[in-house]
Amino acid sequence: MQIRAQLNDRILYVEIDGEIDQHSATRARQTADRYADDYAMRSEKAVFDLQNVSFMDSTGIGFLIGRYKKFMRYGIPVYLTNPSTATDRILQMSGVYTLMPKI
Amino acid sequence: MQNYMKLEIAARSENESFARNAVAAFALCLAPSLSELSDIKTAVSEAVTNAIVHAYGKKDEGAIAIACTAEPYFAEKSGEITGGVLHIEITDQGCGIEDVQRALLPFFTTLAGEERSGMGFTVMQTFCDGFSVESERGKGTRVRLKKKIGGDHFQLPSADTSACEGALIGLEREDVNAG
Repeated sequence: MQIRAQLNDRILYVEIDGEIDQHSATRARQTADRYADDYAMRSEKAVFDLQNVSFMDSTGIGFLIGRYKKFMRYGIPVYLTNPSTATDRILQMSGVYTLMPKI
Repeated sequence: MQNYMKLEIAARSENESFARNAVAAFALCLAPSLSELSDIKTAVSEAVTNAIVHAYGKKDEGAIAIACTAEPYFAEKSGEITGGVLHIEITDQGCGIEDVQRALLPFFTTLAGEERSGMGFTVMQTFCDGFSVESERGKGTRVRLKKKIGGDHFQLPSADTSACEGALIGLEREDVNAG
């Protein structure tokens, strides 16, 4: 899994590429949290772009909720965008969109 | 003879991707749709991750056995395989589950500090058409999954997210209080 961040007009876009499972999430956590620390002061909200997520299981739910908590500590709301049909299904069934709305 | 496959992998997280893709590759013999394949991969990933994270935990040892059998349906005229039922069995010899009924509850996890969603068993049940788990303390756990392939007439049960939302909101409040 690869994670890239880009700040555009006070919106932090976090792009996730690849498979989110227990193996890949371990390292990706640190990268994502570093972006939160680095960009928090200059961001109003964060948008996680899931377009290139090719696989996600429930570890992905834990991963996203963990990042949500991290950003909320800085008072920054998180939104999710572009999930695939399969990703959308698991996000929907777990109720993640009640914390991080889909835009 | 019924078609089957068996494999054994080391309980290491880098094998999660291999395990789910191997089962999905075997499932191809039943001519699944992309969405059925994706359901299979997700459910297998949950079971294998449970074995790695919970059954063997921090111990750098242990094996996971995966066995699949395919029960095909044949088209009446052409005799081609148009679907069927895939049976998947995932077995470990790890620590076992202390309270299976509790483990099945959405959002229940024994590793609360480690960003576990507690949704593994719920995902397996939602994405498959049959599910059972047997576990014995100190002996191990066996998860059985059944997935129907082909035919849009199979309706998957939709998860009751109202309970899930409550649990997530609880989690949010707890976080706000902690922060």
